[in-house]
Amino acid sequence: MADAKITFEQVLHVAKLARLTLSDEEARQMQEQLDAILGYMEGLDELDVSNVPPTFHSIPMDAPMRPDVPERCSDRSEILEQAPESQSGGFAVPLVLEVE
Amino acid sequence: MSDFPWQSAFEIRDQVAGGSASAIEVARAYLARAEALNPKLSCFLTIDHEGALAAAAQVDRAREAGEELGPLAGVPIALKDNLCTRGVRTTCASQILGEYIPPYDAHVVEALRASGAVILGKTNLDEFAMGSSNENSSFANVHNPWALGRAPGGSSGGSACATAAGLAPLALGSDTGGSVRQPAAFCGITAIKPTYGRVSRYGLVAFASSLDQIGPMARSVREASQLLQVIAGHDRRDATSADRQTGQYVAACDRGVKGLRVGVVRDLLDGLQEADVRARVEAALSALEKEGATLVDVSLPHAKHAVSVYYLIATAEASSNLARFDGIRYGLRVPGADLTETYTKTRAQGFGPEVRRRIMLGTYALSAGYYDAFYLKAQRVRTLIRRDYDTAFESCDVVCTPTTPTPAFALGEKTSNPLDMYLADIFTLPPSLAGLAAISTPCGLSASGLPIGLQLVAPPFEEEVLCSAGQVVEDGCGLVGSRPAALD
Repeated sequence: MADAKITFEQVLHVAKLARLTLSDEEARQMQEQLDAILGYMEGLDELDVSNVPPTFHSIPMDAPMRPDVPERCSDRSEILEQAPESQSGGFAVPLVLEVE
Repeated sequence: MSDFPWQSAFEIRDQVAGGSASAIEVARAYLARAEALNPKLSCFLTIDHEGALAAAAQVDRAREAGEELGPLAGVPIALKDNLCTRGVRTTCASQILGEYIPPYDAHVVEALRASGAVILGKTNLDEFAMGSSNENSSFANVHNPWALGRAPGGSSGGSACATAAGLAPLALGSDTGGSVRQPAAFCGITAIKPTYGRVSRYGLVAFASSLDQIGPMARSVREASQLLQVIAGHDRRDATSADRQTGQYVAACDRGVKGLRVGVVRDLLDGLQEADVRARVEAALSALEKEGATLVDVSLPHAKHAVSVYYLIATAEASSNLARFDGIRYGLRVPGADLTETYTKTRAQGFGPEVRRRIMLGTYALSAGYYDAFYLKAQRVRTLIRRDYDTAFESCDVVCTPTTPTPAFALGEKTSNPLDMYLADIFTLPPSLAGLAAISTPCGLSASGLPIGLQLVAPPFEEEVLCSAGQVVEDGCGLVGSRPAALD
């Protein structure tokens, strides 16, 4: 991990992946803070865990199955009321494709 | 109403059931107190005056009709504002959800309504439950009722403050890496972080899905146990909800600790910088010993890596969970030239600095080329932390540490250094990573009059033993009866 600390360009790339816009000033500050945090995290390098299995779930559990029975869900109008914009019973989104 | 506002949930329920006070009268009194003190404390984001009175009226009608009343009939409660409440705005203290009104109730909210509880309103928190001081709320800073210039802790700071200040006898918070235990310690109350899977998260806005749990907060162990009893249990709407028998948590408070083996993590205790914290923890250990517990030394050799592990795993999960906030289906939308710009502008304006930082860190840890070095490595070290507890529980029944290395720090003290803030979570993170049950309960005051919390950790689904041991600590050196000085 020694050379993995984050560069300014990487910050901009990650922001793009995360769908966030950062001003230059915000990106510079973010780079500084993430660099300090990632520097601290290098402490994990003292452990050799190549043979240790990962714990994705702390408490072992099976993926439960249930009968596939249709049920009433929330009222559509109540859900659409929370949308920033709705139209004809659906969510309205900015234009994605040009229409002739 | 006797002893308002410091009556217990049990006393309120008895008065309401016995007819010496009406639920409406109780609700009005607590609403008035909340409305009077909230400008000073900022612990509530929304006070639901109308909803609370309607719920109270329903309890009074049920009583008059001779119906059997629920275990929390007429008892006011405050809910952290990341728990969905039908018809009442649920903000997560974020601008991106500033006006969001959920069309459904969380599982715990349904359970509370069925128990007769009266929901007073929604409490302040660090935005999306990310923080340890409540200073990441996008609305207001919560003040610690023991010293107004100090942090209430976080992220359930509003719930802890409201309970400690007598604005409600009970509250619910959520705990991902210590978010009910740390504010409980700072505000001098009790909180339980149930085992992962014990309480359904249906309707809890997700932060880190392999860690999040909802936890009860109260001024006594017994009331926290009662609240756990009401919210615990299986719910098929949460795939991680455990289909297991719940315990007898209130009854467990009377079982004592005779023969209980309490594991003491000696090197952690000896490494404490704050002499007060160490002295109060030692006093709590003596209280447990006096009541028949035996102290055994245990060690958690990998606990020191918990901050790194947690802030990789939790941020990775958060970056994925928070992808749903895109300005399309609910919440804020900041229009851009096209769809992508609508996403990025909405998220840049809607999320505050700490949430953006965590999304960035998590996205980085999961991104191509870094996944193995960061995210996967953290999950492997998590295994070592879990194994530390497996080994400890071979020789003890509960593991004891302080909840926090220091009492409440000052507002503003750690805001300029995110890493410094993260390091304050060192004791609450390891049990969260291992999915274990934990309680924080007060074990005295520091020399300057600030509460100090003791953390006890139990194996999965062994919450009962935490209630038994917590009660002994409370009886021996707790703060029941002490009132936060800053309110006078």
